[in-house]
Amino acid sequence: MSDLDWDVITRSLAYVLADGLGFTMKLTVTATLGGIVLGTFLALMRQSRLAIIRKFAEIYVDTARSLPLILVIFWIYFLLPYFAQWVTSAPRPVSIDAYTSAFVTFTLFEAAYFAEIVRSGLRGIKRGQIDAGYSLGMRYPQVMTSIVIPQAFRNMLPVLATQTIVLFQDSSLVYVLSLTDMLGAATKVAQRDGRLVEMYLFVTVVYFAISFTASQLVQRLQSRVASPR
Amino acid sequence: MSYDWSWSIFLQPTLDGSMSYAELLLQGTGITVVTALLGWVIALALGTIVGIMRTVPVPSLNCFARAYVEVFRNIPLLMQLFLWYFVVPELLPEGLGNWLKSLHYGSFYMAFIGLGVYTSSRVAEQIRAGIKSFPPGQTNAALALGMTLPQAYRHVLLPRTYITMLPSLTSEMLAIIKNTSVALTIGLAELTAQARAMQEYTFHVFEAFTAATLIYFALNVIVVQLSRMIERRTANKI
Amino acid sequence: MISIKSISKSYGAVRVLTDCSVSVSKGDVMVVCGPSGSGKSTLIKCVNGLEPFDKGTIEVNGASVGDPKTDLPTLRRSVGMVFQSFELFPHMTVTENLCLAQRKVLKRPIEQSRKRALELLQRVAMQGHADKYPSQLSGGQQQRVAIARALAMDPTVMLFDEPTSALDPEMVGEVLDVMVSLAKDGMTMMVVTHEMGFAKQVANWVVFMDAGRVIEKTPTDEFFRQPSSERAKDFVCSIARS
Repeated sequence: MSDLDWDVITRSLAYVLADGLGFTMKLTVTATLGGIVLGTFLALMRQSRLAIIRKFAEIYVDTARSLPLILVIFWIYFLLPYFAQWVTSAPRPVSIDAYTSAFVTFTLFEAAYFAEIVRSGLRGIKRGQIDAGYSLGMRYPQVMTSIVIPQAFRNMLPVLATQTIVLFQDSSLVYVLSLTDMLGAATKVAQRDGRLVEMYLFVTVVYFAISFTASQLVQRLQSRVASPR
Repeated sequence: MSYDWSWSIFLQPTLDGSMSYAELLLQGTGITVVTALLGWVIALALGTIVGIMRTVPVPSLNCFARAYVEVFRNIPLLMQLFLWYFVVPELLPEGLGNWLKSLHYGSFYMAFIGLGVYTSSRVAEQIRAGIKSFPPGQTNAALALGMTLPQAYRHVLLPRTYITMLPSLTSEMLAIIKNTSVALTIGLAELTAQARAMQEYTFHVFEAFTAATLIYFALNVIVVQLSRMIERRTANKI
Repeated sequence: MISIKSISKSYGAVRVLTDCSVSVSKGDVMVVCGPSGSGKSTLIKCVNGLEPFDKGTIEVNGASVGDPKTDLPTLRRSVGMVFQSFELFPHMTVTENLCLAQRKVLKRPIEQSRKRALELLQRVAMQGHADKYPSQLSGGQQQRVAIARALAMDPTVMLFDEPTSALDPEMVGEVLDVMVSLAKDGMTMMVVTHEMGFAKQVANWVVFMDAGRVIEKTPTDEFFRQPSSERAKDFVCSIARS
């Protein structure tokens, strides 16, 4: 226990935080924005009167939610080259790097979870609001964009934020593609300098600090969103 | 598409000839199930204790339980598994640490302990929510009958909590099955790991992962059905 | 202007409207009353197509509501509706509530919309609250804004679905006053309500419904003096007592 070298942390700080944490943040933000947009479409699709659209969205969401993220990461990593080949009519599978694959995976995967959150947000909007919109002569897209979705998002903001924190933690799984997120960077340093304990403890503290602070902020947000109707 | 499907790949023997790929995947499934079950036992046991700690009128226990939940909820599962597997043996006294590192199936033990502890923090929150959802009248009624607080918990609050929180506990069980896959990073030969191994040796990516996907679906369905059965049996006990 | 012919509607096995026929001419102020569950709210919601119906026809300003070829959003521009629960959009200010449909549906430029909004707010005596949010207003104030919002579309006919039923008694008056002044200005109105005082003041027709049927349509004075049906007689008596 006594021969721990805490200096390794200060020496590699820039690398772990700038490169590693930087990647983690980029992935989290991109997948959150993309996931919410896609998730909203999926939630709207589940309200469609056309059975084929509704079913597609249902199957998408149910499938993504019953599979482990690591399996999905592998699936898309191996599937994407063939998909790209089919889409671009290339002669051979298009080589896709792990970086792109990870961004695609997380966006598509988390979209299923965001879809469920948005869906329950949409259901929380009273029928009367929609009726009022229609009675003023507005059409479905207008009613949705001006009246329903703004209110649904306002109500679901805390839950959406919590899911983002979950995404942030899930991002550590890019490890299986050997990508350099915060944990990946720490592992590289640890293996190079033989300082596994110090690096892992350091990264644990950083993860905890960010996650905990974020969830405290969400709780504060929750009490503020709850009040005015 | 330039891929040749071959479902017969499952019947072919693995590199060391000891079993077919189908058996390899089944073995992986077995590990997934056992790890999930053991992890679940730990999660329920620890989670119940911590959940109760958050609701009893003892401030020091409340504090400890709150800290427990926040710690294990805010660190990614992968990080927690790494801590158990790589860091804990180093921090323990030399003898104990070396014994741990030399354990056969070290990754198995660390996997279900790590999974169990991680999930226990989420279970604790659900137990707490369940207990809090009952009007204080329930506890008071039990106490008025002469029960001690522990007895009130054991005979009244806890059973009702489990029944009420069945849906959320079910989704935790489903989550733990999915989360066993994270343990492949510390060397656990569970289902996803074996599917990946099969893909590496045979290059039959889609067959391997399709099989794994279908097995996860099946496990999902089984757990959901079991949960519905329990729900039906306990419906009139709410 | 509104011609309702033999409307029938069921929710699954439950019949909510049976063979209802009513017509509203330009300038009419028609009160629709009856016991709870008589189908009055459902009937009025059929008029602007918010509720579909199984049999019969409804024509509004010459357009057929039930015809799949009719573009309902266009039809609804000329039919204003006021809801029991006000249904102001809580995430927008009073002015934004009034301008939203003007801009998105009528494509009026923002300045013109705001001007019209202010005019109407003055009409309902709410001009001082232009930048407030609905949650900052009382029920009566919200309902007056809701009336202004519907009027902003310059409708030819206004539908009211129990506009004062969700209000505290002391606020009912301010809303009824607005509705009375609307009627006196010649607006064609169809009002589902229990407020018989309003009926006596400005309505020229009273329609009585019971159990999903239109029992009678009578000029107001006659209705209160001598309604033709037994059910209506009981109803008027019980109202008079309260």
